Amino acid sequence: MNNEAHRFAPIQRLLHWLMAACIIAMLFIGVGMVSTVTPEYPSLILIHETLGVTLLLLVAIRLALRLHYGAPRLPADLPHAIRLAARLSHLALYGFMIIMPLLGLGMLWAAAYPVVLLGGIQIPALLPQSDRAHTLLWNSHVYLGFTFFALVLLHVAAALFHALIRRDGVFRSIAPLPLRNTTAPAE
Amino acid sequence: MNNSGNMSRSGLGSLVVIAAVLGGAAAAFAYTAGWLSPGRLTPERMIAALAPPGGAPLGHRRNHAKGICFTGVFEANGNGRALSRAKVFERGNYPALGRFNLGTADPNAVDATVRVRGLGLQITAGGEEWRMAMINPPFFAVSTPQSFHDLLIASGKKDPDAMKTFIQANPEFAAFATWAKTAPWTASYAEEPYHGLNSFIFTDAEGGEHAVRWSLLPAAPVVPISQTELEKRGPDFLEQEIVERVRASGPQRWTMVTTVADPGDPTADPSKAWPEGRRTVQVGTLVVQQIEQERDGPCRDINFDPTVLPRGIRLSDDPFPAARSSVYRKSYDLRAAEASDYPRTGTAKP
Repeated sequence: MNNEAHRFAPIQRLLHWLMAACIIAMLFIGVGMVSTVTPEYPSLILIHETLGVTLLLLVAIRLALRLHYGAPRLPADLPHAIRLAARLSHLALYGFMIIMPLLGLGMLWAAAYPVVLLGGIQIPALLPQSDRAHTLLWNSHVYLGFTFFALVLLHVAAALFHALIRRDGVFRSIAPLPLRNTTAPAE
Repeated sequence: MNNSGNMSRSGLGSLVVIAAVLGGAAAAFAYTAGWLSPGRLTPERMIAALAPPGGAPLGHRRNHAKGICFTGVFEANGNGRALSRAKVFERGNYPALGRFNLGTADPNAVDATVRVRGLGLQITAGGEEWRMAMINPPFFAVSTPQSFHDLLIASGKKDPDAMKTFIQANPEFAAFATWAKTAPWTASYAEEPYHGLNSFIFTDAEGGEHAVRWSLLPAAPVVPISQTELEKRGPDFLEQEIVERVRASGPQRWTMVTTVADPGDPTADPSKAWPEGRRTVQVGTLVVQQIEQERDGPCRDINFDPTVLPRGIRLSDDPFPAARSSVYRKSYDLRAAEASDYPRTGTAKP
């Protein structure tokens, strides 16, 4: 653990922004594809499934990196309530990143749809067809998807709050590039 | 003081920035989801248009709701390899599972009232699935998914001018109307041809691409019957007949024939039949060996989504398979959630 660092390791920052872009794309593709009957529909499904499985692999790597490198300390003057909210919301974000692809795969398996990703990669079914399981998994995937989007918005709002209003170095710790921000971290 | 005044002004500006980012993201999300576009043709709107006056058939497919399962084999003769490298065309026998059905949203429809008959099919070869859903008219009623939606709306209206207006806007419907009036009725699912109608692209082992459509042509001799005579035989005659025919006469067969488009043939419009004389290839035989009731049968759990294709077959510029996939998935989601309205034997409705 390296709690003295002010920034996440470069590989952690890279993975954060890469996954952020993919997750936002996933959320938009998800709501877009289920509301269209246009010729783009099958491609959107294929991208959604391929990206979903990719994100599941990436979050496993990301968790391993987090355990290895840890995270920079939050500023000492951060109010207790915000500190708690930060901790819980990050736990929830990781939870969504893990559970959403699993629910997605599960609902496809429970509907007896073959899962074939870009490049013809076949994912074998680990669940038998089941009306009840499909309905539960599908509903969970949809409603947790909306919740995930709301949480991503909250996360963005908090990031901007740190970057623009508090200017306390929290955003700088994950920023993709060193910022020209000259404000010292608020230790 | 001056300093803190600046701070609060910049703080206010920052809040505006944050609000704009969140509001913009939420609006973009709502737009993508179609919540801001009530005119968008969504699977929900298509399914709403399919619903009969008495309401949607809970627990059943939203269209082609009346049907019966079959299992059997697809005997590939190897000729299809000239067109597609798909494993399913390699000489051999592959398990097949399917469903005879009527083109109606009413699972209790009287057989003689339904003009269109269909066949859903899944063939599994080399660990890959090929699913399709075919019907007996030799061309589709309309050119686009939007026109199909408009047809459902127009035919559901009491206003007699609604259909007239629709036909004026969609002249291709006239050919289908003629077929519906003049094509012979039969008293058996086994005597019907089933046409895929949509165009797909086959890729052969050398990478050559061929735009094709395919049909299943019955081995059973066709015995025409009048609609009134069929009605006299009872509301569920077709299901009783196919059970009895397979029991008494054994497996029923269809030859699968693929037709290859010439350059310039309309692949994007299933209402336009290709001219006579196109190259055809007989790729195999569907053998239906066993019939099972849908309620507990193996076809109940299968969505015959025409975009489920093995390697060697892909979608063409025909817009229908994508639209059908989207609507079929929605239909599956709904009927799976309503399974208790169509309970399997031994699972009582709660």
